[in-house]
Amino acid sequence: MGTTVTTAKSEGTTWGGGNEPMGASYGKLMMWFFIVSDALTFSGFLAAYGFSRFKFIETWPLPDEVFNHFPFMHGVNAPMYYVALMTFILIFSSVTMVLAVDAGHHLKKSKVAFYMFLTIIGGLIFVGSQAWEWKNFIKGEYGAIETKGGSLLQFVDNTGKRVKLEEFAAILPEDRVQDTRDKGVWFSSEGSLPTYSVAEVQAGFKAHPELLIRTEVIYEGSKEQKADKKLHPTLNSKKKQKSILTREESEAMLANAHYVVEGANLTRNEYGSKLFADFFFFITGFHGFHVFSGVVINIIIFFNVILGTYEKRRSYEMVEKVGLYWHFVDLVWVFVFTFFYLV
Amino acid sequence: MSHEHVSNTKRIWMVFGLLSVVTTVEVILGILKPEALHMNNFLSMNLLNWIFIILTIYKAYYIVWAFMHMEGEKSSLRWSVVAPLIFLVLYLVFILLVEADYIYEVFKNATIKWNF
Repeated sequence: MGTTVTTAKSEGTTWGGGNEPMGASYGKLMMWFFIVSDALTFSGFLAAYGFSRFKFIETWPLPDEVFNHFPFMHGVNAPMYYVALMTFILIFSSVTMVLAVDAGHHLKKSKVAFYMFLTIIGGLIFVGSQAWEWKNFIKGEYGAIETKGGSLLQFVDNTGKRVKLEEFAAILPEDRVQDTRDKGVWFSSEGSLPTYSVAEVQAGFKAHPELLIRTEVIYEGSKEQKADKKLHPTLNSKKKQKSILTREESEAMLANAHYVVEGANLTRNEYGSKLFADFFFFITGFHGFHVFSGVVINIIIFFNVILGTYEKRRSYEMVEKVGLYWHFVDLVWVFVFTFFYLV
Repeated sequence: MSHEHVSNTKRIWMVFGLLSVVTTVEVILGILKPEALHMNNFLSMNLLNWIFIILTIYKAYYIVWAFMHMEGEKSSLRWSVVAPLIFLVLYLVFILLVEADYIYEVFKNATIKWNF
């Protein structure tokens, strides 16, 4: 008992778990220091994200163009709505957690259990929402072309609206099939083939004279960009938008095409910089893993509450400790939200 | 903890309201992106981003102080958690962002151009 929780009995006796440094019990203090080290890990990730973004500041994808899906609103441009909802869910589950801790201070077992239950539900909804976000990110929407040099080309019509590959790509009689082991190629495999080949996209582009190409470069309205004959004269009016090329330049660019990109994976993604998807998967994945383990720990503590373990101890400090971890997860999300979706 | 426990549910809901309002403001600003804030820079970052970061730190303060109950801890614990974090994070961010900006300049001014 003395090792798990400090009761009134052991107060003052140094070897019985009393004499607490900084007025916090051993478990709480260690939870705080774990949080410090974990916070530094996350800061490292976010600072690395900032590093890559600053390095490619002129071509980095614009987050509100990437994350603009909302359930049951297909095709509607809804930037930020969904991630805002996720933020509210997580903040609310933090509130129910702190209410559980508060009820624990008054030794109200059923109230603690009820609030813990709500916290677990909130956590599960959040993890599920993140899975949905990942699904959309991996699936992609418009598709893009990668050039031989590694830059990414997206397609727009003559009003500047994004166009999907499937809307214009030609169907050519080609016999390139997915390479699998059972088709007789010795110990060989490859990533799944894109829906369209480069030639099909190029042919489709030629057949649709209204199409233009949008590059990764962000239009800043600088002198050089205004004088640039390659940029479309009328469509590049707004600053901090991706720049659109003229038709002639678009055709010249598309001649360099070498790969059709659909959706996102760790190698390439249709949104822009290759590092963007890597950071997205890694940072939100690491955070999602924290939420998941938080839910698992919450479930364990929830059952302990129900079984009356803490009632017997006359102390709900364990709920407080797991609460610290849960709030920390919320805290990290506040920062991920800002640096990944807003800034 | 040995100090007496007054129920502070009222404060919890107040902080929840505050965090919700701040998040809503952030989202609205993020969707509207007012020209005056988005296009004007202060210390080479646009004003909108400054607002986002300041509001985030404001939210973080309330989460740590109210939800994690840092306000009820001894000041020695408060400082031993917060001080190393502030110092190390500022240090990390400073080094990485300055270096990234340097690499960006090298790419931009190098003889090998991004010609694709």
